[in-house]
Amino acid sequence: MTTANKITIIVLAILIAIISLWYGQNHGLLPAAVAPEAEAIDGLFDFMMIIATGLFLLIQGLLIYTAIRFRRKPSDDTDGPPIEGNVALEIVWTGIPTVIVLILSIYSFEVYSTIGGLNPKAAKDEGPQPVAEETQSEQGLMASASDYLALGLGESPANQAKNLTPLSIDVNAIQYAFLFTYPDTGVVASELHVPVGQPIQLNISAGDVIHAFWVPQLRLKQDAIPGREAQLSFTPEKPGTYPIICAELCGPYHGAMKTNLIIESQQDYEAWLQQQQVAQSESLDNAVALENSNSLLTPYANQLGVNQQLLDELKAYSQ
Amino acid sequence: MTTPVSTSQTEPQRNWKDYFTFNTDHKVIGIQYLVTSFIFYLIGGALAAAIRTELATPESDFVDPEVYNQLFTVHGTVMIFLWIVPAGAGLANYLIPLMIGAKDMAFPRLNAVAFWLIPVGGLLLMASFFIEAPQAGWTSYPPLSLTMGQVGEEIWILSVLILGTSSILGAINFLATIIKMRIPEMGWFDMPLFCWSMVATAIMVLLSTPVLAAALIMLSFDLLVGTSFFDPNGGGDPVVYQHMFWFYSHPAVYIMILPFFGVISDILPVHARKPIFGYRAIALSSLAISFLSLIVWAHHMFTTGTPAWLRIFFMATTMAVAIPTGIKVFGWCATIWGGKLRLNSAMLFGIGFVSSFVIGGLSGVMLASTPFDLHAHDTYFVVGHFHYVLFGGSVLGLFGAIYHWFPKMTGRYMNEFWGKVHFWLTLIGLNITFLPMHELGLEGMNRRIAIYDAEFQPLNVVATLGSYLLAVSTFPFMINVVWAIFKGQPASGNPWKALTLEWQTSSPPLIENFEEEPVLWCGPYDYGIDVPPEDQQSVQELLSEVKTDMGR
Repeated sequence: MTTANKITIIVLAILIAIISLWYGQNHGLLPAAVAPEAEAIDGLFDFMMIIATGLFLLIQGLLIYTAIRFRRKPSDDTDGPPIEGNVALEIVWTGIPTVIVLILSIYSFEVYSTIGGLNPKAAKDEGPQPVAEETQSEQGLMASASDYLALGLGESPANQAKNLTPLSIDVNAIQYAFLFTYPDTGVVASELHVPVGQPIQLNISAGDVIHAFWVPQLRLKQDAIPGREAQLSFTPEKPGTYPIICAELCGPYHGAMKTNLIIESQQDYEAWLQQQQVAQSESLDNAVALENSNSLLTPYANQLGVNQQLLDELKAYSQ
Repeated sequence: MTTPVSTSQTEPQRNWKDYFTFNTDHKVIGIQYLVTSFIFYLIGGALAAAIRTELATPESDFVDPEVYNQLFTVHGTVMIFLWIVPAGAGLANYLIPLMIGAKDMAFPRLNAVAFWLIPVGGLLLMASFFIEAPQAGWTSYPPLSLTMGQVGEEIWILSVLILGTSSILGAINFLATIIKMRIPEMGWFDMPLFCWSMVATAIMVLLSTPVLAAALIMLSFDLLVGTSFFDPNGGGDPVVYQHMFWFYSHPAVYIMILPFFGVISDILPVHARKPIFGYRAIALSSLAISFLSLIVWAHHMFTTGTPAWLRIFFMATTMAVAIPTGIKVFGWCATIWGGKLRLNSAMLFGIGFVSSFVIGGLSGVMLASTPFDLHAHDTYFVVGHFHYVLFGGSVLGLFGAIYHWFPKMTGRYMNEFWGKVHFWLTLIGLNITFLPMHELGLEGMNRRIAIYDAEFQPLNVVATLGSYLLAVSTFPFMINVVWAIFKGQPASGNPWKALTLEWQTSSPPLIENFEEEPVLWCGPYDYGIDVPPEDQQSVQELLSEVKTDMGR
């Protein structure tokens, strides 16, 4: 290998490294991150993006260069050099990916632990529970008040250290709406209101088929499975309104199963809660598809067969 | 069915009618598989175009939401069970006996049965559109699948059971043929790499498909007679179905890609005129992938009812798949590096395969990471990822295989100009269609939806236009195939000067493949070895020399 070649290769390697480092942190592919959990996952994604960009440039560059540089000359019918392998090179390209995936696994494990995935209260599978239990709100109240075990993400180690008591909210997913029950006050809402800075623990269940609770800005997702309790914990940091999306196919109107996560100041949250308590004593209608703010679903309300009778049933169901 | 013949003068010719009969010739069956699966590819593609048309606008306006769910359910099922899996089996049928110097497969009648199950299962699935189409997605998760219409769901189950049975029968045949019917001189490490990849594929099919069958039979019981294996209302557990389903369906991903890993390992050395780089590493990495594929299934379930230890374990095993896959990718790059590349259609598809597959592989490692998957699971990021693997990988590999072996199958070349047009339209189309999906998913667009947020429309329009380009790209291919069958330039027995055994017979091969038992006179990829540049001899000449030496 000539010195000129060596220099070219080193320059190219540095160039690839710089481009990868830059693009990995400036890809702009993710929406806003509104919780420390989201920031931890973004850090991991950026890291993976740096490695992926480097490998992408390396391999695509190699392919394009090879296709141009080593194309057959029209008059040349001979074979290429009979190189059947190179043990040292093969060890290198087995070893480097091994090290990369080891680092990625350890980093992912670390992030998963940071966001509360290894919390013993959320990490154990209790197996299926009879469905009927969850429809009784009184039992639901008792369950969420006690330290039951559920799958998903538990309280994060950082919050545990600060000894903050999480605000527990029950999430019940049905075709095609989410119902949020605030056990402390008995408020049932169609949108999820949370105070900023307050650790939240969602107890997620489903009434009919499998759904999933997903907030892209939280980077968190957990399936709602009939017969199982699942849990998701996060600490909202940035006030605003963000989409809550059902991410598991749940029927023809799956795409319209959306509502909002509203992160607001403690005062606004308390005002909202009080208003709900007053309103709740009168009517529960705002908790269902027909009258919630879900503009995507409203046009399909008639096709869905949402009518007064269903509203009454739902009212009875959520109480 | 066929009578042995001693000389080529009395060799009976294959009649076109043979392709419509219960023929036991592996070459006929191979072509039956390829043509049948290609027809289903067109159907699956039409369904995809309908899906993309619906997604051109955020509202549900092209088809009813129920119909939309039927479209993607049948699209997924067709593309997996009726296109890529049987097309891979078709290639294996055609090539394995020729590559190992055998006269036919080990069990020719079983082979024909395996093929004829494909149209049966396929037509059954198609019939569902006229009765009641399934609409619970190709994953068919209960309880949803138990509530979306009994008839459609049961048709889907029966169809997949039939196609799964075909796959199992095929796998038994491939394994038996490769183990028992190689010519005596051919040891395991003298086999073409396509045979290695089919060994790995067949092992996966045999170990995992019966579990899918079990899951589907249990689902049938829940659906038809009211048992509660998976129905939580009766104490069943829907998560158990997911475990059983993915125990098959993750290996299925490798069942769909490994045959094409083999194809690429065979195409690249021939047209680069260089030996494959690291034969043993590439051969054994197929087995490593086969083994790992059996212990990664729950990475499809990171957000469902799975405990933390399980999520972490399956994250680590999934990431480990990158190691054998990386060995292959780097091996392919090193194979073409420094060669004398013939950039014909087969080679372009081969290089395009590596290029596109790498993108799907990189996003696959990302998705393996549990915390990131909490965000990306069930989004368009996943849809983009697996289309890069299955379209950018399997389908490009399959087209490469057709351009490469078409002269062998028909005795005629395909048109190179239109082959290149086909390649560039496909490569550009696939990147326009599937690249924007990654961003859509990360920004917050979930999959399997007919109704989406208006902010996602611009990228969806791009993807839709790309899908139309892909639809257009099939026309040069189809016209090329039909034209080449009748008018293509005649090809010799070994038009590419390749060294594997299938090139040692005429094109198309005789009914019993070889006039006499072929001779293994060099390794499958010994390019540039033993052939001094100044003494250019064709393989045919060398072969006849060897035959003379051996006094035959």
